[in-house]
Amino acid sequence: RSRRGSAGNTGGTGSSGSGMDAPSAAGLGGADPQLQRFIEVETQKQRFQQLVHQMTELCWEKCMDKPGPKLDSRAETCFVNCVERFIDTSQFILNRLEQTQKSKSAFSESLSD
Amino acid sequence: MESGSGSDFGSDFGSGGGGGGKLDPGLIMEQVKVQIAVANAQELLQRMTDKCFRKCIGKPGGALDNSEQKCIAMCMDRYMDAWNTVSRAYNSRLQRERANM
Repeated sequence: RSRRGSAGNTGGTGSSGSGMDAPSAAGLGGADPQLQRFIEVETQKQRFQQLVHQMTELCWEKCMDKPGPKLDSRAETCFVNCVERFIDTSQFILNRLEQTQKSKSAFSESLSD
Repeated sequence: MESGSGSDFGSDFGSGGGGGGKLDPGLIMEQVKVQIAVANAQELLQRMTDKCFRKCIGKPGGALDNSEQKCIAMCMDRYMDAWNTVSRAYNSRLQRERANM
């Protein structure tokens, strides 16, 4: 599976591990590598949290009718599916955007002679 | 949620770390973590309030009646359940993606 458009990159959660997608933390932590690492880790954690907030809000609209005494299994399944489909949507958009940009530049190259 | 929330953090900078203006990175990291946790709690509360108001309050009356209060209480718990479910599902998906890479 190609790395581009993986769930790690959707909604700006950053690639797994090294946080390479984050803007360089060097300026923020100064010379202290411990602070730098800390900033990278916390930034990635925050991206995760933000996406959870966002998806909870979206999926609540889709999956919740009237709040009951507990979350029934149908609603729970809906939330899980909702998360998966949201990430699929995000990946789909990234991939298709990449494709259409590729074909656009090929087209304009052939015109510019 | 005030926009200038850095001010508390800034005043702690000066008093921490003893003499000579030396800043303890461990202390800074702890304070940042607290600030982040507070911000997340505020975010959660704000969205929860929005959703539960929409679900539970029809035409706003002169006060919150009993049924509205019950609804809000249940809604809060369900929203937390939803949040936790989403968090777990998202985490699983991320781990699956990493395993596939």
